[in-house]
Amino acid sequence: MALLDLPLKRKLAKQDQPEDALTGTPVSRFSRHLILCLVGLVMLYPLMWLISSSMKPSNDIFRQLGLWPKNWDFSNYAQGWTALDQPFHVYLINSMVVVIFSIIGNIFSCALAAYAFARMEFTGRKLFFALMLGTLMLPGHVLLVPQYIIFSQLGWLDTYLPLIVPNFMATNAFFIFLMVQFMKSLPKELDDAAQIDGCGPFRTFIRVILPLCVPAMATTAIFTFISTWNEFFGPLLYIQNQDLYTVPLALRAFMDSEGQSMWGPMFAMSVVSIAPIIGFFIAGQKYLINGIATTGLK
Amino acid sequence: MTVLTKQPPGAPAPAAAGGKPRIRPSRRRKQRSGYLFLLPWFLGMLFTVIPFFASLYLAFTDYNLFTEPNFVGLANFQAMFEDPRLIQSLKVTFIYTFVSVPISLAVALLVALVLNRGLQGLSIYRSVYYLPSLLGGSVAIVMLWRYIFGNDGIVNGFLGMFGIQGPAWVTDPQFSLSTLIVLNVWTFGSPMVIFLAGLRQVPGMYYEAASIDGASKWRQFRSITLPLISPIIFFNLIMQLIGSFQTFTQGYVMSGGTGGPADSTLFYNLYLYQKGFTEFEMGYASAMAWLLLMIIAIFTAINFIASKFWVFYDN
Repeated sequence: MALLDLPLKRKLAKQDQPEDALTGTPVSRFSRHLILCLVGLVMLYPLMWLISSSMKPSNDIFRQLGLWPKNWDFSNYAQGWTALDQPFHVYLINSMVVVIFSIIGNIFSCALAAYAFARMEFTGRKLFFALMLGTLMLPGHVLLVPQYIIFSQLGWLDTYLPLIVPNFMATNAFFIFLMVQFMKSLPKELDDAAQIDGCGPFRTFIRVILPLCVPAMATTAIFTFISTWNEFFGPLLYIQNQDLYTVPLALRAFMDSEGQSMWGPMFAMSVVSIAPIIGFFIAGQKYLINGIATTGLK
Repeated sequence: MTVLTKQPPGAPAPAAAGGKPRIRPSRRRKQRSGYLFLLPWFLGMLFTVIPFFASLYLAFTDYNLFTEPNFVGLANFQAMFEDPRLIQSLKVTFIYTFVSVPISLAVALLVALVLNRGLQGLSIYRSVYYLPSLLGGSVAIVMLWRYIFGNDGIVNGFLGMFGIQGPAWVTDPQFSLSTLIVLNVWTFGSPMVIFLAGLRQVPGMYYEAASIDGASKWRQFRSITLPLISPIIFFNLIMQLIGSFQTFTQGYVMSGGTGGPADSTLFYNLYLYQKGFTEFEMGYASAMAWLLLMIIAIFTAINFIASKFWVFYDN
C-alpha cells in the first residue's frame, strides 16, 4: 500500500533510536508541559463533568459548573438501571454477546486470510490482495440496501446474526491488513523449519504462526471490542425488539424519555456504557497505539 | 470469484512415495490450501461483490422492499438534483468535512510536534489525547455533547463567567453543526498517534546537520519534517475525509434522528437512512449511496493526483 510506504521506515528499521534526551531549556520544557497539561485538561473536562454529573441530583447538574458534587447522590445509578423496559444489565449482556462473537469471528477469519496473503503461493494472490485493499476504502453504505434485503429474506431481522456473521467472513479488511503486516515481519525460516519437521500449512499456521501473532490478535480484539461496543448504525437498522437492544440503542431510548428528572440517570448509564471502553483502553494501550501506528485505524 | 472454480480439479495431492516424510508439499497442494485459508474471505467477498452490483442495479429502480423493483432509468438521479433536502445534506456533510478535517489534522500535527522529542511523560499525554477518539462516535458522548452545549450547559456557563450570553448552540440551526465540528476536532488523537509514529522515524541527525548549517526551527520544520512526514499527512487526510463523509451517529443522536433543527445536522448518510429505512424508498437510497461513492472516489482521486506535487516518497 503506497499510502503507508513511509520513506524512512526501511532505512531506520534497524537503527534503534535511544530514548530521547531531554531538549530545550528547563523553562521551555516547563512551558511545553504547561500547555500540554492545559490542553489535556480541556479534553478530559467533558468526561470528568459527565462522571461527576452522574453523581449529582438532577436539579444540581446545570447549576454547578464545578466537578466536585456538593450533594452526593448515587440514586441516579439505581434509577437509571431500571428506567427502561429491561434492567440495564440485559443491554450490557446483549452488547457483550455481540462483541464476543464479533471478536472470535474477526480473529478467526482475518488470521486465516492474512496467513494466505502473507505466506502462501497461489494463483491470483496479488489480485485478491489488491481487491482486499480496495474494500478498505469502500464506503459500507453502498452495500447497505442489498445486504438488508438479504438479511431480511433470511429471516435474520431482530437477531444478532446480521451484526455477527459478517465478521466470520473476513469482511474487515483492516484487520487482515494488520495481520498481514505482522506476519510478514516474522522470519520465513520458521515456516521452512516447520515444513521440514513435517508440518502441513495448517499445522504450521496453528502451531507456529498463530502463537507468534498474539500481539496482532490482541490489537484486533481490542479494536473489535471498541468499535462493536460503540456500534450504533447496525443495531439501529436490524434490532427493533426492545429486549434485544444493545447498549447504544438503550441509551438512545433515554433521550426519547427526555425530561429534566432523567438527566441524572441518563448520565449515570452513559458512564456505565463508556466504562468498559476506558477499561479496555487502559488495559490494552500498548496494542492500541501500535495498532493505529501500523494501520491508521481509528 | 471465477478463480475459485478454476482451481485444479480436486486432484489429490500426490502422496509422498513410500511413506517417506514429505519435504515440501507439491505446488498443487499448496495452491489448494491457499484457497482453503481464504475460504471465509471468499464468502465475504461474495457478500460484498453481489450487494455492490445489486445496489448499482437498484439505483435505477423504484424498489420499496414490498413490491418488485421497476426499472426507471435515471429518474432517481434526476430526482436527487431537484431534492432540496438532498442538496442540504450534501451541504452539511461538505461543511462538516472541510472545516473539521483540516482543523483536526492541524491540531493533531501541532500536538504531535510538541510531544515528539525530549519530553517526559510522552505516553501519559499520548493516552490522554487519544482516549477521546475512542469515544467520539459513541451515543453516550454525543448525548453528553447535547447537554454540554445546551442552553444552560457548561459551555454557556463558561461564557457567562465572562459576561457573554452564549447562543442556543443545539437548537439554533446556525450553530448546531459547529458543535459536531468541535466534537470531531476533539477526537484528533488518532491522527496524532499516527503523526507521532511518523515523527519518531525522522532521524535526529538531519536536524543536527541543519542546525549546524544555521537553519532556524521553522526552516527545519519546513525543509525536513514536512517533506519526510508528507506521506503520513496524506494517509491521514484520505482516511479522515473518507470517514467524515460517512458521518451518521453524531447527526442522528444530536437531532434525535431528524437531522434538525431546520435540517442543519442532516448528514448525507442520515438522509440516506431516512429515505431507505423510514420511507422505504430503497431505489432512491441506493442511488444516493452511489452518488456518495462517486463523490468519495473523486475526492480520493484528486488527492492522489495532487499528492504527486506535495507528497515525498524516498524511493
